[in-house]
Amino acid sequence: MTAPTEEHVSAEHVSDAYVSDAHVSADQVPSATFAPEGLAPEGFAPVRTLTLGAAINAGLRAAMDRDPKVVLMGEDIGALGGVFRVTDGLLKDFGERRVMDTPLAESGIVGTAIGMAFRGYRPVLEIQFDGFIFPAFDQITTSLAKLHYRTKGKLTVPLVIRVPFAGHIGAVEHHSESPEALFAHTAGLRIVSPATPQDGYDMIQQAIASPDPVLFLEPKARYWDKGDVDSTRVTAQLDGINGASKGTAEMSKARVAREGSDVTLMAYGPTVRLAMQVAVAAAEGGVSVEVLDLRSISPFDYETILASVKKTGRGVVVHEAPVAYGTGGELAAHIAEHAFFHLHAPVLRVGGFHTPYPGSKFEHDYLPSLDRVLDAVDKVMAH
Amino acid sequence: MAGIGPLSEEGLVRLLDHTGERVADENFGPFAEHLTFEDLRGFWRDMVMTRAFDNEATSLQRQGELGLWVASLGQEAAQVGSGRALRDPDYAFPSYREHGVAFTRGVDMPSILRVFRGLEHSTWDPAAHNFHIYTLVIGAHSLHAVGYAQAMDWDGLVGSGNPDKDGAVICYFGDGATSQGDVNEAMVFAAVNNAPIVFFIQNNQFAISESTTRQSTVPLAQRAVGFGIPSVRVDGNDVVAVHAVTRWAMGHARAGAGPVVIEALTYRMGAHTTSDDPTRYRSSADEDYWRDRDPIARIETYLRGLGELPEDFEAAVRADAKELGRSTREQVKSWQPGPTDSIFEHVYAEPHPLVDAERSWFANYEASFTDKEMTR
Repeated sequence: MTAPTEEHVSAEHVSDAYVSDAHVSADQVPSATFAPEGLAPEGFAPVRTLTLGAAINAGLRAAMDRDPKVVLMGEDIGALGGVFRVTDGLLKDFGERRVMDTPLAESGIVGTAIGMAFRGYRPVLEIQFDGFIFPAFDQITTSLAKLHYRTKGKLTVPLVIRVPFAGHIGAVEHHSESPEALFAHTAGLRIVSPATPQDGYDMIQQAIASPDPVLFLEPKARYWDKGDVDSTRVTAQLDGINGASKGTAEMSKARVAREGSDVTLMAYGPTVRLAMQVAVAAAEGGVSVEVLDLRSISPFDYETILASVKKTGRGVVVHEAPVAYGTGGELAAHIAEHAFFHLHAPVLRVGGFHTPYPGSKFEHDYLPSLDRVLDAVDKVMAH
Repeated sequence: MAGIGPLSEEGLVRLLDHTGERVADENFGPFAEHLTFEDLRGFWRDMVMTRAFDNEATSLQRQGELGLWVASLGQEAAQVGSGRALRDPDYAFPSYREHGVAFTRGVDMPSILRVFRGLEHSTWDPAAHNFHIYTLVIGAHSLHAVGYAQAMDWDGLVGSGNPDKDGAVICYFGDGATSQGDVNEAMVFAAVNNAPIVFFIQNNQFAISESTTRQSTVPLAQRAVGFGIPSVRVDGNDVVAVHAVTRWAMGHARAGAGPVVIEALTYRMGAHTTSDDPTRYRSSADEDYWRDRDPIARIETYLRGLGELPEDFEAAVRADAKELGRSTREQVKSWQPGPTDSIFEHVYAEPHPLVDAERSWFANYEASFTDKEMTR
């Protein structure tokens, strides 16, 4: 293998890492897509190779099959199938009542969905782009997040808000933002971000089954990454006893994406692939990086995080969102409070700058890169 | 409505004028024809009870028993008249001043004050009364109401022709809320989805200190035209007219004919809240004018003039109102906060490790004080 630089680390290279983590071997993987109902009927192998976008689509389908109260709402999600085609084909199969093109008003989408949830529906909303969620910020933070609390548990509001988020697609402004910290600060919301097709398939169903509102952040630049998806695990979990509780708990756990002994590299959503690339590159230099795919941002799985950091003694966090006041700061502070005497070095953060998201010709410099993360790994190793 | 301002009394639907005389209305008169004197005495009773409770709450705030109070004083006809037009299957979304509607929905009135004493954020079970909890974020609930209405439609509770089954949503908000984006979005969503909902605007002429003229240059009901929603302006201090208009509108929505906007022009006789000072922004002449249009006095004059408010009935209602005040006072003063540990409950429906960790930390922190006391 040549020394991996950012250019050299191909998608195939990274998906190899995912396959090594998958529960089935590659020779079991057929090329067909999922059966329309999303589940694995008799005679179909339960494992498929899917892109992240297709995996979320299959997960939505499975959730809609599982529960007739699941309804989809959003802008352009019907005939168009969503601007990223994540809801492709669902209008045809489930009809206009369950796949609703809404007026172009984000607060209205979230607010009306809250009212539907009062009558037992489970709306799954698509906010078209990260930067357009803010008209709904009030509904999400003051109504959605607090209603269960305010009614002392009499009402649950099981909304899932899907948001294609983060950068790296060369988009115009407001189409590449990472607003997770703004929501993580609000009690009552769960925030998750899948990084692999398997998690896309599993976590969207766990999020829909959860009685709590979930902000489901989809790393849009990773929609086309392929990986193996085993449809049986989440189905068995959610269809079993206390499925919603188990699903919620499972969705909230971090995943050790790659084991290592020198540095814990924490990432979620769009930066997990980068973290895997860093681990490969660092290994060439003799540094063993443990990669945590955090998966859940609220709550963070501190049990897994602290166990890893106590083992390695070093931590680096990488996210696309601006570093200042961000989730990485929260992680660094928590680790300092709970694992200080295990640390050989301060926990470092790598992420965006305290500037608005720049024009796309600059995003490769604004966003954390292989070199910048490797630099942080070198710094913590220097201690 | 063309050419008139947002506070004009011109063209309001009215069935009982402020002197207590019946007025004919070709369109809405028929929707009040079913009302008996017993019904009207019932309206009067609801309004008297609501005001007694409301005045008691104001006193309790002045005595330091409540952190804040939002009086419904002067808006009793708008609230009771519309509340009494609801049927069991209907569902109401109040803002935070709809104590009269709460009374018509059977809410335990003193329990409303638990929120204003700072004990909790809501009391009653919305499903038990088909009456949602209060919402303090102006207009936010209008969207919830539309979604709820859409879901009632999906559940087959609209347009079946069965009066025991068909229902609709009524959503209350004020003149200030009509400037909010959420309320405008609610009307868009309601219109395009033909949602079974009545938007009931109580134009009480003030958003705290700001006149309705700071929200609109035209009558608020006129806005509905642009959304494609039929609307009515009614004298909000005429309990009979409010009832008739709401009865028509709810019937329209229940039948599956879509949303309606009602604007009830009324007057907030008291302050916005107990923290407010209306003398800074309105004249006593204005207050005097509207005191002459007191909604309770109007129906009272009417009933008494016809000999339909018997002394024994009136005395019984006054005694009930006094008792509600006494009972409210007694209950409120007896309420103490529960254990602080309860603030960690119901943040999430499923366990959340951060909340659990903070709850546990707080318990240990509190226990550390107890230990010191014990070892001392």
